[in-house]
Amino acid sequence: MPRYDANDDSVVLIVGSGAGGGTLANELCRKGLKVVLLEAGQRQSPATFRNEEWFAFNQLAWLDKRTTSGTWRIAKDFPNLPAWICKTVGGTTVHWAGASLRLQEHEFQARTHYSGITGANLIDWPLTLAELEPYYAKAENKMGVTRTNDIPGLPGNNNFKVMYNGAIRAGYKTVHTGRMAINSRPRDGRSACWQLGFCFQGCKSGAKWSTLYTEIPAAEATGKLDLRTESMALQIQHDDRGRATGVLYADKDGNHQFQKSRIVCVAANSIETPRLLLNSHSTMFPHGLANSSGQVGRNYMRHTTGSVFGVFKQPVHMYRGTVMAGIIQDEARYDPSRGFAGGFELETISLGLPFAAAFLNPGAWGEDYTNLLEGYPNMAGMWIVGEDLPQETNAVTLHPSEKDQYGLPIPNVHYDDHPNDLAMRTYAFKRGAAVYDAVGATRTVEVPPYPSTHNLGTCRQSAKASDGVCNKWGQTHDVKNLFISDGSQFSSSAAENPTLTIVSLAIRQADYIADQCSKREL
Amino acid sequence: MRRREFLKAGALVVAGTAAAASGVATIADAAAGKPELTTLRPHQGETLLAMTRRIFPHKQLDDAPYWNVVRDIDTAAKSDSSVAKLIAEGIESLDAQGRRFIELAEKEQTIALKRIETTAFFQKVRSIELQTLYSDPSVWKVLGYQGPAYKYGGYIHRGFDDLAWLPNPPESASPKPA
Repeated sequence: MPRYDANDDSVVLIVGSGAGGGTLANELCRKGLKVVLLEAGQRQSPATFRNEEWFAFNQLAWLDKRTTSGTWRIAKDFPNLPAWICKTVGGTTVHWAGASLRLQEHEFQARTHYSGITGANLIDWPLTLAELEPYYAKAENKMGVTRTNDIPGLPGNNNFKVMYNGAIRAGYKTVHTGRMAINSRPRDGRSACWQLGFCFQGCKSGAKWSTLYTEIPAAEATGKLDLRTESMALQIQHDDRGRATGVLYADKDGNHQFQKSRIVCVAANSIETPRLLLNSHSTMFPHGLANSSGQVGRNYMRHTTGSVFGVFKQPVHMYRGTVMAGIIQDEARYDPSRGFAGGFELETISLGLPFAAAFLNPGAWGEDYTNLLEGYPNMAGMWIVGEDLPQETNAVTLHPSEKDQYGLPIPNVHYDDHPNDLAMRTYAFKRGAAVYDAVGATRTVEVPPYPSTHNLGTCRQSAKASDGVCNKWGQTHDVKNLFISDGSQFSSSAAENPTLTIVSLAIRQADYIADQCSKREL
Repeated sequence: MRRREFLKAGALVVAGTAAAASGVATIADAAAGKPELTTLRPHQGETLLAMTRRIFPHKQLDDAPYWNVVRDIDTAAKSDSSVAKLIAEGIESLDAQGRRFIELAEKEQTIALKRIETTAFFQKVRSIELQTLYSDPSVWKVLGYQGPAYKYGGYIHRGFDDLAWLPNPPESASPKPA
């Protein structure tokens, strides 16, 4: 692996090695560019993953302190854990469940379709589905998404059998084992799924796509990647023309290092990405880098989530096999007659007993709760993933007084549920319960949102510089050689799990960066 | 600590002296899984046992997994004096309601805990119990969770799709395994 000189200003510097940063690094290396990839976490591997929920959480999750505010229940249940995302090589692709869905056409035009909703800061993406489709196709092939590229779907587990039968009896039509970046057959040097049931804890069989053991080793094989682990980006610096010059970071011993670069790409997930820009304020950029619009950190979206669990008379053993084993897509459509804009997917979810106890009703105790937990083997579960609306006041900001281990202000994540989000969740809870009731549930339980795994929108793409932070290539409006390369770019949240779109945007961004470099525009 | 481990540890003069000096009970009750406590006093251990049984009451479980929780609270108290103080003061205040907590009937214990459920003391005990109790393989066995699957080759040959009380979905929705 090369070690580029700190003064080598020909490198592309990427912050974060997850779906966006890990993919971008590989794409750029394969085009012959020199890449320095900073990752705050350590490098694990399938061999070091453990099928134990609390162990894996402590091994993989981003646990640096954050604070919360707003009306969302997370602020009460998990005041210092707004998001369940990762600090490790591969980022949250180590933890994700693999659902790989394309956004729908109307979701790229949220303002056009949902306009007139009070309190929503809606814009259309500066990008259309048609423009992204070729990149979706590349991403699906790269990731080995089932039900694309002649790859068969995964076999459904018991949790899916319950969902399927209930959904059909409740009148739903589009119900199957999903489009998953989990091998149903051996592919790309990785095995088929073992149905371990620990997708969230790092896939020990390697069947689930993660940049940790796909994009990053591929980039390393080019000889162009300089991956620096346990390296926490602290500040992006710039010259007097307002161009980014490189990144100041803390290495694993806590020493400050400065790496010069030609281009800086930030893919640190939707909390750390705006935090890094805000912490990079200077005399020239007093409100943070690339923030002339004031939109850095704003429009934070996290999907209208929630879960429904059903308890049955007979065993289900939902924990056996893939966590997101199947999907009901009928409700993802655009249909404001339901009383809310946007749609939602229903996807199976399962939790092991340790996390079921932690999440089914955070804070609960006593006999009612243990009675519910005693129904664990007979339980089936589904997760609601719905489009939440951008609000300017839902924002990642710098804490006024609390500092982290590097002496920088920690992030506060503020989120108020919009009435549209609440209407969708209420409706989705009822529909989910109807699915389980249709197959004889003795009890259904509405479970509040978990800490967010889908964090979106805090440096969004916009056609007009005043509406967002970056253009349709992820290039910031204010700083030509600064790119946003993760889910922060999303102009709307859409109903779909975001990873496939993040990967597609990264592949597309790599083409653009290489093109601009060859034209000496960058 | 199990009896045999305790006897082994007890042979060490230093350990024995430390236990005697802190007034810790020196005979572990192996049958009930009662641990050797390093920091908590016996009454505190007994109170926490009753408390943890009321917080997550499972009639099918004997005391052993709850004693494991008490052991972990003891460990937390040993490594952090502020936790030790929180536990000691919490128990004192629980006992100051008239009768001592362990002398109350189960229903009265639940009512007493309801009164303090927002305190840092209660939250600490509940939080340690949540992690320890439901991560305990002996508890998994009783509550019907099979846990880690990797060493068995996953669930693909161990019943991931064995549910037979509903019809199988068509292959278009759920293809057969490879």
